[in-house]
Amino acid sequence: MISPKYFFKGLSCVKSFDSPAIALGCCMVAIGALFKNIGFNLQESVFSTFLTYALPGSLVMAETMIIGGSLLNIFFAVWLVNSRLYPMTVSLMPLMMHKSQPKWKYYLSCHFVAVSAWLIMKNNYKSIDRENRIDYWIGVGTATWSIAIIATFIGYILADYLNKDIMIGLAIVNPVYFMCMMIGSMKTFQINSSVILGAVLGPAFYLISPEWCILFGGLIAGTIAFVLGEKNDN
Amino acid sequence: MTTSVVLAILVTSLATFSSRFIGVITSEKIKENSKIFRWFNCLAYSTLAALIARVVIFPSGVLSEVDYLVRIIVIISSIIVFYLTKKNLVYPTVFSAIILALINSY
Repeated sequence: MISPKYFFKGLSCVKSFDSPAIALGCCMVAIGALFKNIGFNLQESVFSTFLTYALPGSLVMAETMIIGGSLLNIFFAVWLVNSRLYPMTVSLMPLMMHKSQPKWKYYLSCHFVAVSAWLIMKNNYKSIDRENRIDYWIGVGTATWSIAIIATFIGYILADYLNKDIMIGLAIVNPVYFMCMMIGSMKTFQINSSVILGAVLGPAFYLISPEWCILFGGLIAGTIAFVLGEKNDN
Repeated sequence: MTTSVVLAILVTSLATFSSRFIGVITSEKIKENSKIFRWFNCLAYSTLAALIARVVIFPSGVLSEVDYLVRIIVIISSIIVFYLTKKNLVYPTVFSAIILALINSY
């Protein structure tokens, strides 16, 4: 079963002073308010964060519903924006694989792969023994996921009191936080070039195709950075 | 209406979970020190950077009502605060919300 020691160690990562709870909480409050404004009820809003737990995907779903898109439109739009979770999962799970751990832990805990939990794990995994990393990860994921669900609830309740200026303030917190967190994790030539090229090519591809820009921009930027990094190391 | 909201939520979560789940299946065959792992690592960081940069430069929702120049000033000054505070995450985050509100109210 899950080792309580490492589970709670992961869980308590959100209590630190520079915890991701603030940024995650702010943006999920905004999502909760947005859900109310587009006509979701409270249960549907909380249910949505519970099941999806990926902010850009929820935003895309809301936007597609506002313009009256079909279920197929929603699926495709969400899949395009959330397909980044695939390389994120593949670059995280091998660090936590251990033969003494049952597979269900990996199959279920992949639901926690989202920017906040992912960056915490990427920055901290070396301090945990390989065997216990998955339990630590489940703790981190449970904590960030719970914050997201609670913040959605709070946002829904507070929706009527949040004016446009507050919503704009909440909206900027998320990209600023994750941008700083990414700059903080830029330590090797390969990662540095991935981040810089991605930040340039993503918006550049937006001019060609708004839907495909993250997928194409990320794929091309990451591949160039990989090749440059491999050459640089040799 | 209610059923369509529930269906939309289910479709969204399916589209999201599929990327995560296929990721786990792929991970079972990948070693931590292999080339392919390093490639995926680059892809993860680059797609994330692409997404964050897109949100700032071409935002949807309320951020799109903030002037382009204001967004750039807020982002650059927040990054400067991040370095000045020895890479603390809280100061630049709080700073960004306050300075955006200040600029917006003038």
